[in-house]
Amino acid sequence: MDKNEIYKTLDKLSSKKSIKYAVYLSSIVVFIAIILLPPIIGIILKWNLMGQIFEQPQLLDRALNAVYASFGVAFLVSTIDVLTGLPFAWLITRGKYRILGVLDTLADMPFIVPTTALGYSLMLFWSTPQGVSQLFNTESLVSPGWLLVILLHFVFSYPVVVRVLVGALMDYRMEYEEAARTLGAAPFTADRTVTLPIIKSSIIAAFTLAFARSISETGATMMVAGTFENGAIFIKNMKLQNNYGPMVFVSFVLIAISATIFAVIRILGTKFKLPIRRVWPNAERKLSSKGIANFRNTISIIIFFSLVIIPSIFVAFPAVSAVFTDTLMDAFAGRRVWADFWQSIGLSYGVGALATVINVIIGLPMAVLIARKTLGRSTANIFDILTDIPIIIPSTALGASLSIFWKESFAFLPEIWPLIFAHLAITYPYYVKSMAAAIQRISIEYEEAARTLGARPFTVFRTIIFPLTKYSLFAGAIMIFTRSVSETGATVAVVEQLRTAPVLLVKWIPKNGAPELPATSLDVALGCGFLIVLSFVILLILRLVVGGERKG
Amino acid sequence: MPEVEIRNVTKRFGDIIAVDNVSLHVHDREYFALLGPSGCGKTTLLRLIAGLIKPDEGEIYIDGKLVNDVPPEDRGVGFVFQTFALFPHMNVWDNVTYGPRVKGWGEEKAARIAHEALEMVLLHERLDAYPNELSGGMMQRVAVARALCAGAKLLLLDEPLGQLDAKVRNQLRYEIRRMAKDLGLTAIHVTHDQAEAMAISDRIAVMRKGKILQVGTPQELYIKPKHIFVANFIGEANFLEGYVKEIKKNHSIVEIRGGIRIKIADKTFKRGERVVLAVRPETTIIEIGKARENNYINGKIERLRFEGTNVRYEIRLENEDEIVAIRPSMTEEWLDVGEKVVVHLPMNKIYVFPYPSKGLREELSVE
Repeated sequence: MDKNEIYKTLDKLSSKKSIKYAVYLSSIVVFIAIILLPPIIGIILKWNLMGQIFEQPQLLDRALNAVYASFGVAFLVSTIDVLTGLPFAWLITRGKYRILGVLDTLADMPFIVPTTALGYSLMLFWSTPQGVSQLFNTESLVSPGWLLVILLHFVFSYPVVVRVLVGALMDYRMEYEEAARTLGAAPFTADRTVTLPIIKSSIIAAFTLAFARSISETGATMMVAGTFENGAIFIKNMKLQNNYGPMVFVSFVLIAISATIFAVIRILGTKFKLPIRRVWPNAERKLSSKGIANFRNTISIIIFFSLVIIPSIFVAFPAVSAVFTDTLMDAFAGRRVWADFWQSIGLSYGVGALATVINVIIGLPMAVLIARKTLGRSTANIFDILTDIPIIIPSTALGASLSIFWKESFAFLPEIWPLIFAHLAITYPYYVKSMAAAIQRISIEYEEAARTLGARPFTVFRTIIFPLTKYSLFAGAIMIFTRSVSETGATVAVVEQLRTAPVLLVKWIPKNGAPELPATSLDVALGCGFLIVLSFVILLILRLVVGGERKG
Repeated sequence: MPEVEIRNVTKRFGDIIAVDNVSLHVHDREYFALLGPSGCGKTTLLRLIAGLIKPDEGEIYIDGKLVNDVPPEDRGVGFVFQTFALFPHMNVWDNVTYGPRVKGWGEEKAARIAHEALEMVLLHERLDAYPNELSGGMMQRVAVARALCAGAKLLLLDEPLGQLDAKVRNQLRYEIRRMAKDLGLTAIHVTHDQAEAMAISDRIAVMRKGKILQVGTPQELYIKPKHIFVANFIGEANFLEGYVKEIKKNHSIVEIRGGIRIKIADKTFKRGERVVLAVRPETTIIEIGKARENNYINGKIERLRFEGTNVRYEIRLENEDEIVAIRPSMTEEWLDVGEKVVVHLPMNKIYVFPYPSKGLREELSVE
């Protein structure tokens, strides 16, 4: 059967209503069976154990403190992210200097560096004598603990916030601001009363994403937490002790509070109004002065470099030093700890690739269903909300409940399967959301024009939707691949024997004196270096793909 | 009271010169139109006046004061955008009172001015409506009311009717002019629609490729176009190419294709010079009969179109050139397709231009 015949057959099939519904229904069934239900059932299965924690007041206190710490850090970090990210995004989009394009690219760097490598880099920078502590004549300027966790969460969520806000400011129609200026508003007044309220939904989205990232992150947090314990670390600690009761309790509380917070944001976000009626013309005119603007830009750049960029890339120094020692040869020869490392890299990238391919296949019909409302507006809305759930659930809690589900219900499955399912669950929403957005951007009229010209549904997809969204599809695939490769929280929750690269690196980091595995600091630095180099290659591909889209 | 003076202003965007050494004087209380095809630089010039962008060279004066470094909020202008740019998160009342509020005029004064402006644009019943609940015409009125409320004495309108249906557009264009005149404002109105510019303006500047080609009243531009592009862009014209053959005491003779001799009143051209003759369809006379002297050319009607008020005839001349003539549909007898006619080009209705160095097609192009 040649290609044309296959197309003809698929065209015929796509015209049948029964086939159309079968495709969408199987996509829905797979989503519910693999992504949505397992974590919920996982918790239900151990629901009866939850009571255990109430019999241990000390453990209950510890659990509640951990939950409190998770939300406290997430709230604080997301607020600082928005307050510092907004002026920086403003500078990138409104500045007139070409150098700002470099800042724009640099802002992505912590985003693509795996969070474990990021955690190690921050620890070296803030907490060791080789880092910034040198300048202050101290051993450790910021010791592992809550402050370092805040600094870390700020670093990895900052690029997400900047990216969302830069996008919002780029899409924003400048005419609104220009209209305000011609009506007599000083720049500060125009920004406060017109621009900010119009991009409010993006500010809320940026805050929400930063919040979700902070709640979920586990691997790097474990590296820098010291004795500090948040929800994710508590779950991981309980898992190590096979203490399922407290683990399920904290998972449930994290999920319930997160879901409530996001529901409240979703409902009240649109109703919440920024105070814009009162204006203080003289004071705001002063705040619009060039001096104030320059001061604000300078502070933004200082924060960006001193708190985000330099700590993120600091690991490069010991990684480069390691290159000139035997460590590099050990690494390439697979001696000592390095055989495990390459195996874990293989596992990470293998799982990442598999999760990506499966997600593309099962996620595409769901994206079309949401974007084109093929099964009705309300069905699309319901699945739009349901696919958000894995994003807002902390990944460790998701991993913990998934691990219970797969091990209790499908104990015969090798460990690799729960691992793949966990990564599928975590990456699925990112893919579906980005593809749905890409499809929504294409005018429905193109499809209608193709149909009136005689194209059947499959041909419409093959010749219209796919060519117009293929760059988004590739970019989305690479994004979920990198997310999967970086994932630690859910991974440590679902596996016992298998080790992905971030999990292995966490075990290499000395905790309380000695690492869990016999690795040296040069090994860790070089391991992080390899992860960063691989991530850069992926970023390069992403840039080329996105660059291609822009040109197209 | 605001008058606007632009002296040798240039604005570049990279390699593109959007406004090229333009000088212009808009008088106090004048309703002035900047007219030209898309991309001619008219909106850029308006944005330069508003202070939304800065000129690379030249000076802009409002009310005799150099404003090159004055930010838009201090120029005392009201800007109406093509897309209206009504703030989507504010209702009509908040949009209209935005200017007084940001200027700190106080609630009472803001309310009084807003009520007056909304009454003027007949939108008093829709104070609570948000922009997405209004029709295009209503949004346009709110945008004008908002600009007026900010106390602007200089109204800058960037294609303010471009997004409206033809009927609403025709109605609103007179309303805007009336408001500007009643309030004693100076208005600069950007448009690519020559009929709109002619209908509402005291004077018009025709722009092309960043330059002003001619400034004048609608009548001057229509009756005495100084540039071949203006002759074509304002109204419509037939163009015939030829050479100056003879120069006589009171007229010159131009020979067009096929050796046909056309008498022109203009004597400024040299003998042998290549020229283009332009004649408006409404001054091109067609009669039954045969050519008997200069300026009469035999032809045959190839097509006719009924346009309501007029009938439009497309005539193939004996030299194979094509010409259009328009006759009133209700007072003149209709001619038939295929009918042989004689086309008369009255000497005093012929505009003569030197043949453009880049060719006629390029010179008339609106791209």
